[in-house]
Amino acid sequence: MLLLDLDRGWGLLRAMAPETLLTLWALALLLDAAWHHRDSGAQRRAGWLALAGLALSAAATVWLWASGAAPAGLSTTIALDRFRYAVDLIVLVAAALAVLLSVEYLDREQLRIPEYHALLLLATVGMMLLAGGEDLFVLFLGLELMSVSVYVLAGLDRRSPASAEAALKYFLLGAFASAFLLYGIALLYGATGSTKLQIIARQIGPLGLLTHPMLLAGLALLLIGFGFKIAAVPFHMWTPDVYDGAPTPVTGFMATAVKAAAFAALIRVLLEAFSDVHALWGPVIWWLAAVTMVVGNLVALAQRSVKRMLAYSSIAHAGYLLTALVADSMAGAAAFLFYLLFYTLMTMGAFAILALKGRGGERDVMVDDLAGLGEAHPWLALAMAVCMLSLLGFPGTAGFIGKWYVLVAATGAGYPGLAAILVVTSVISAGYYLPVVMAMYMKPQAHERAHAGVLVPRIAGATLAVMVAALLVFGVWPNRVLDAARAGSHAFIPRAMTAAVTPLPPAGAP
Amino acid sequence: MLLGPSLAVSAILFTLGVVGVLLRRNAIVIFMCIELMLNAVNLTFIALSQQLGLDGQVFVFFVMTVAAAEAAVGLAIVIAVYRHKDTVNLQRINLLRG
Repeated sequence: MLLLDLDRGWGLLRAMAPETLLTLWALALLLDAAWHHRDSGAQRRAGWLALAGLALSAAATVWLWASGAAPAGLSTTIALDRFRYAVDLIVLVAAALAVLLSVEYLDREQLRIPEYHALLLLATVGMMLLAGGEDLFVLFLGLELMSVSVYVLAGLDRRSPASAEAALKYFLLGAFASAFLLYGIALLYGATGSTKLQIIARQIGPLGLLTHPMLLAGLALLLIGFGFKIAAVPFHMWTPDVYDGAPTPVTGFMATAVKAAAFAALIRVLLEAFSDVHALWGPVIWWLAAVTMVVGNLVALAQRSVKRMLAYSSIAHAGYLLTALVADSMAGAAAFLFYLLFYTLMTMGAFAILALKGRGGERDVMVDDLAGLGEAHPWLALAMAVCMLSLLGFPGTAGFIGKWYVLVAATGAGYPGLAAILVVTSVISAGYYLPVVMAMYMKPQAHERAHAGVLVPRIAGATLAVMVAALLVFGVWPNRVLDAARAGSHAFIPRAMTAAVTPLPPAGAP
Repeated sequence: MLLGPSLAVSAILFTLGVVGVLLRRNAIVIFMCIELMLNAVNLTFIALSQQLGLDGQVFVFFVMTVAAAEAAVGLAIVIAVYRHKDTVNLQRINLLRG
């Protein structure tokens, strides 16, 4: 057990070791890119360096986890709990996958972007701050660090109008959402006198803020801001266009890591600061989850382009993750972590295969274009089939176990209606996942050389193989990951209970 | 002192910003409206810090820095779009196709 005093520089530095290391590494990488950026070899080397930085940060995270670091007193800046470590590791894995999948992609598309890897690492730092922030302001800064980096990443392909357009849309709506979030933070600060989650939690009850208009407005604005970031349904309009226009490895990164981090922050805020007022936000999240699942799945049915279909599928999956959140329980948080990991693997895998099949942004790959892939590239088709079945939640894949635990959490917390919607919409989702599988295996190739352009480079191929193997292995033996997810969810319960039992004297109250 | 009126003014400014984002179609004007929203929040923070201590004023500096970073990236993106389309009018750029 390692006690860290977060009010002192040294303690805070050690508590934030993963983020600090990654930030320094990203800055070094940026300097390196300033000198070595002429040839594609340098870009490849930057990719490997970025991977090393991610591994270093992951090692620091594991060290913190293993040393059982705990804050001396209240943790008011950054959390030292397993939920943070678990989300950190998921985000780091997603970033590493994005690096691995983009090494050859950048070469093939002849994208020379020296700052690519540095931006990716900085976005990852922002995500880790989102996963661990105990202060609404740390969360806001993490969100902005992540978002600003990803705005640039979305507009990476300077030659493509679609990419520039995607960056503009993402930027305008992202900044719009950030402003809502910030106003929400300001109002919560006004209502409770603090931006620190644990102090907010202790203020709400004693100060009788349950129906304070400022608190209600602040919470609503906060939910709107997060709703945009996680692409929940009334706020999802930007998602398909942005995912469609951005370069595909970046799209994979946005659909997984960005969403994971925003979700983690939302969960931390709601379960840590507002657990006592579940009655206020529970119904809102319930409706968000229901509408997101229904609309995401129904609109995905109408998509012909694989990339847009995957964009709507990621909206639908945001609904499943929200279902885990509504439960407001340890089981819900565990189901969330578990589902998040496998969602990351399967979505990243699907986008990676799409990147191998298409050219120039992959916007024109239709479902029918995959016809006969099973014959021409059996392994690639198998990988795609596993990702699709896992996204669908087919038994034997990790996606099934993930959905199962979300269902258990939802029914256990007394939300059978939401569980029913989840099951029905999952059945609907077969209507767009299965045609991909059917096209690959049951339709003939459009012409002899329909898939002649598809080359599976070594690094991307090996990465894909590992991801697919993980989906299958954990689909059959999920216990190890499940234990880790349960450990991660322990972050919330003890604190919520102590908060209810021992209200602190108001510190810095109005 | 003047807490209520300051909060009311910042709420009005924020609403004006939101309405501007929703109604205007020029990317630069939309961006200006977003800046208006951020500055409305700054006003809120400053008004609240009269009662809640210095924290609010410190936040304002952070918000200003973030807004500056956003402006740098955002205007670069607007220029990139302009190079492709010769316009920054979102109706021609086909925003929110759904």
